[in-house]
Amino acid sequence: MGEVLKFHFDVDGENFSSAGEASVVVKKKLRQLGFSPDIMRRVSIAMYEGEINMVIHADGGTADVTVDDNEITIVLKDRGPGIPDVSLAMQEGYSTACDNIRSLGFGAGMGLPNMKKYTDFMQIDSEVGVGTTVTMKIKLN
Amino acid sequence: MKICEIQKLLNATLLCGEEALEHDVFSACCSDMMSDVLAYVKDQGVLITGLINPQVIRTASMMDMVCVVFVRSKAPTEEMIELAEACGIVLMKSDMRAYEACGHLYTSGLRGNAGKIHG
Ligand SMILES: Nc1ncnc2c1ncn2[C@@H]1O[C@H](COP(=O)(O)OP(=O)(O)OP(=O)(O)O)[C@@H](O)[C@H]1O
Ligand SMILES: [Mg+2]
Repeated sequence: MGEVLKFHFDVDGENFSSAGEASVVVKKKLRQLGFSPDIMRRVSIAMYEGEINMVIHADGGTADVTVDDNEITIVLKDRGPGIPDVSLAMQEGYSTACDNIRSLGFGAGMGLPNMKKYTDFMQIDSEVGVGTTVTMKIKLN
Repeated sequence: MKICEIQKLLNATLLCGEEALEHDVFSACCSDMMSDVLAYVKDQGVLITGLINPQVIRTASMMDMVCVVFVRSKAPTEEMIELAEACGIVLMKSDMRAYEACGHLYTSGLRGNAGKIHG
């Protein structure tokens, strides 16, 4: 390929119904670019979990996806409440989601560990009261 | 099992995706928690759920699932049907409860193929 592709999305924090739209678009782009089903699935699950988190735990934010010859990088940035204890949040089953979110089918505390599982690199930079940036990378080949 | 057999076994109403009725599926899962579908599903092609919101369709699409069955007489919204059509996912609804629907499919040969869930 040689060139670097960049995709930018604004993720609306007000609208649960539209959450995940960016991930759907990215999955479609990756399919058009001819990526394997495995890569497509890993990227889209990781990004979708992150997108949902931005909508249900923060007030939305931005998603930036970069595709180069070596890796796909996903950066999810929000100005939400931040995560006080990142290692606690990374534990399976840890969730601060309320019943309202559970009734929508989320809030099992599986998202962050799942994002880690499906990516080759994941970093969470979070500051309480300022926001959270999640960076994930998936290696190609 | 062909998707049309699922429709027959569950006495289900087809909502979209008629063109895929002859496609084969090999395993299924049942959940109202999309978190768990995202975390535990591997290659299950069918989702049985009583949850109604657009994230059900997006979750199924992310997991490369090909068919969603809504149980307990739950009906998806027009928005969900349009989303499913765009993603090429078959939607149907059945009056059965989830437990019953799963029992019918399981005993007819559509297994869960869950592998190990814990650890
Ligand atoms: N972008 C974010 N901003 C603020 N807090 C977050 C953010 N993402 C995650 N968290 C915190 O980390 C916890 C764990 O997140 P995780 O995605 O693992 O689980 P969940 O979203 O609660 O449930 P699930 O992902 O299974 O639907 C959340 O409950 C929330 O407290
Ligand atoms: Mg989550």
